[in-house]
Amino acid sequence: MTLSMNTPEFLVERDLDRCIKCQVCVGQCANEVHKYDKETDSLSCDDLACVGCHRCVTLCPTHALTIKKFPLEFRENANWTANTINAIYKQAESGGILLTGMGNDKPYPIYWDHLLLNASQVTNPSIDPLREPMEVKTYLGRKPDKLDFSDGELVTEIAPQVELELPIMFSAMSFGSISLNAVKSLAAAAKEVGTMFNTGEGGLHQDLYSYGDNAIVQVASGRFGVHPQYLDAGTAIEIKIGQGAKPGIGGHLPGEKVGKEVSETRMIPEGSDALSPAPHHDIYSIEDLRQLIYSLKEATRYKKPVAVKIAAVHNVAAIASGIARAGADIITIDGFRGGTGATPLRTRDNVGIPIELALAAVDSRLRNESIRHQVSLVVAGSVRNSADIMKAIALGADAVYIGSSALLALGCHMCQKCYTGKCNWGIATQDPNLVKRLNPEIGAQRAANLLRAWKHEIKEMLGGMGINAIESLRGNRLMLRGVGLSDRDLEILGVKAAGE
Amino acid sequence: MLREGQVRIPSGCAISGIINRKGNRFSGEKIIDSIAVMHDRSNGLGGGFAAYGIYPEYKDFYAFHMFYDNLRAKEDVEHFFNEHFSVELSGIIPTRKVSSIKNAPIIWRYFMKPLPDKIRDSELCEDEYVVQCVMKINSKFSGAYVVSSGKNMGAFKAVGYPEDVGEFYKLEEYEGYTWTAHGRFPTNTPGWWGGAHPFTLLDWSVVHNGEISSYDANRRYVEMFGYDCSLQTDTEAITYAFDLLLRKHGLPLDMAIQTVAAPFWDSIAHMDEKQQKVFKALRITYSSLLINGPFSIILGSKNGFVALNDRIKLRALVAAEDNETLYVASEESAIRAVCPKPERVWSPRGGEPVIGLLEGADSI
Repeated sequence: MTLSMNTPEFLVERDLDRCIKCQVCVGQCANEVHKYDKETDSLSCDDLACVGCHRCVTLCPTHALTIKKFPLEFRENANWTANTINAIYKQAESGGILLTGMGNDKPYPIYWDHLLLNASQVTNPSIDPLREPMEVKTYLGRKPDKLDFSDGELVTEIAPQVELELPIMFSAMSFGSISLNAVKSLAAAAKEVGTMFNTGEGGLHQDLYSYGDNAIVQVASGRFGVHPQYLDAGTAIEIKIGQGAKPGIGGHLPGEKVGKEVSETRMIPEGSDALSPAPHHDIYSIEDLRQLIYSLKEATRYKKPVAVKIAAVHNVAAIASGIARAGADIITIDGFRGGTGATPLRTRDNVGIPIELALAAVDSRLRNESIRHQVSLVVAGSVRNSADIMKAIALGADAVYIGSSALLALGCHMCQKCYTGKCNWGIATQDPNLVKRLNPEIGAQRAANLLRAWKHEIKEMLGGMGINAIESLRGNRLMLRGVGLSDRDLEILGVKAAGE
Repeated sequence: MLREGQVRIPSGCAISGIINRKGNRFSGEKIIDSIAVMHDRSNGLGGGFAAYGIYPEYKDFYAFHMFYDNLRAKEDVEHFFNEHFSVELSGIIPTRKVSSIKNAPIIWRYFMKPLPDKIRDSELCEDEYVVQCVMKINSKFSGAYVVSSGKNMGAFKAVGYPEDVGEFYKLEEYEGYTWTAHGRFPTNTPGWWGGAHPFTLLDWSVVHNGEISSYDANRRYVEMFGYDCSLQTDTEAITYAFDLLLRKHGLPLDMAIQTVAAPFWDSIAHMDEKQQKVFKALRITYSSLLINGPFSIILGSKNGFVALNDRIKLRALVAAEDNETLYVASEESAIRAVCPKPERVWSPRGGEPVIGLLEGADSI
């Protein structure tokens, strides 16, 4: 065996004065960082295995553990950074594609942080949400151009809609990529707060059919778990074309994660790899998409809105326009910072565009074509807090999806190792011993709390602007100002510079 | 400094409206007296009036009131008029010198009918054809601005206090059955005549007090339906919203009102099933036309007017009735100034319209 050049990313330090040798760390670390030697009655650490998930630190009863960045410094080089060099060592050793989890972590501009919200002063009053009604209810689905009345009676039938008590939904995360307890947590939270979770392409586990009223069921290129009962179970159907963390490529759930439950839900043999092709093999162009949209509508007797999800790529505006014209009721756009359970590192970090620009471009384009009002626009791809949501809606979104934020609420520590299946927090794993660490009732409470907290914050900010219904913020770009942006950025975002 | 249309300028204001529901005409003096009481609600940077029934002898002609910055603009627009309309009569709108009214543009008036050939070629109905012409002039002809374009009605506006504006235009010499007035308090000083209220389109006129916080959502929605919000004012967006709902989409008046001042979801939840369906459809379809933030407006048309507050009544609005005359104003004093003892005075609730229609008219 040749010498491995891989070095630890993290340094695990144990304060021996504090350590009581209870071995909680040993039991908790699925990466087997901590080891207990019976003979010497001592604990040792394998730094190389540590992913920095903080499970041991959080659970250590005496706070004896510290995790630090491993202080290994290459000779300073602005071009050849440690990450770049280590990646080459890894690939020279493995000959494989570099994998990673969660969203793009590179320091690209975060446009949310260059947008500022407005508030009322003197010329119109701000509204106190504790005293006045403040509405954040949102309906997703196709809207008619106009309402027709005959003799004062409404004759127009409104197409089926998804009713949300707040404009925040849980992103598509499949059972398989995350644990059943994680899906249960999100489903229960969605029900409690009055919003939707999305099945991803993992099908709907039998235990979750009771949450159908709060589910958006996905149909992706692998067609896993898709059958009539599944399509009928949700309030809407989403066709997944692409994902922000891996635009243009398919998915791969390794066989070791396909246990009995996953196998039954996805309708594939136990232990077999679940491969989602890069394209849908029945969609090679926009007219094919139209056929799938209408096949799904036919199959559900036109009772469910159909959404189409795409990754934010260069030509996103034209593609979105095509999707609207192909008959989709909801368009979901996932930005290049969107998370995932597993993706090739280079794709994640280099393909796609920021959701803020994609959203602005799509909303403007659909308005220029006078079709924006017909469809709903949902955005995803790193919505980190309630202010990001306000900005997204002001740019033109109807609602947002949150994935990473939702998982953080469940306990995720953003170690980006979801693809290993060894998630110590019981989220991105199918190992029964790890899965049981996530109590779905507590998870549901935490995820619901997050939504409630954000709802309060949204109401505060809306009231501050003198707005008492979320739809009056939608596409209301005058409520935004840009700071530290180029003229070109401002033009694409359709916002003025701060001070203008 | 950027003028209105190049920049958005918020403003507070005073409004007043009087209608004789039997259609009896009265001079402009009364509305001037009413709006003058609220002098302190404006700051001399804009005042104006809309008058209905003032051109009975030309009631079948579109009456275009125009502002021109220079003769070149006038020539260009008149060339455009001659291409698209048959002009029955044109001439200057009479004014008198008033010391406080300065920098008047060229103010001209035309009575016209669209050329039948042109309408046929455009495949539009007559009203829509006129709307397109108005949009074109306001957006494409530099230095020209359409003040009003309806039949048997006109708007008179200027930079100045409303009572001075009334004197300037000799409004005591006109007789109409409906008058609305506006005194403006902009928080910026563009000093541009086109920016004063009322804002009009065909025979719609809107005077408005308030600063709507939903402006850009409303604007971007109506722009999808072919309107060009070149002035960037709330009033312009509100006018187009009503034009879209009432004229283009043919909504019943009460439904249009319930769109811009929509009931809360909580109230809808307490309605019976049939009503729920209607109001849900309205809010879902026209969510972008909800007018948010403080406003009181008077929407005028040939059939009368509707006065309306925002749904949580963030602006004052008072109404009064005396025989066949209906009054609305920002302040009760403005009504009592011209009708000291009305039969009934009331303060309409937020979102509750005050509707004054001519006898025989079933909608605005």
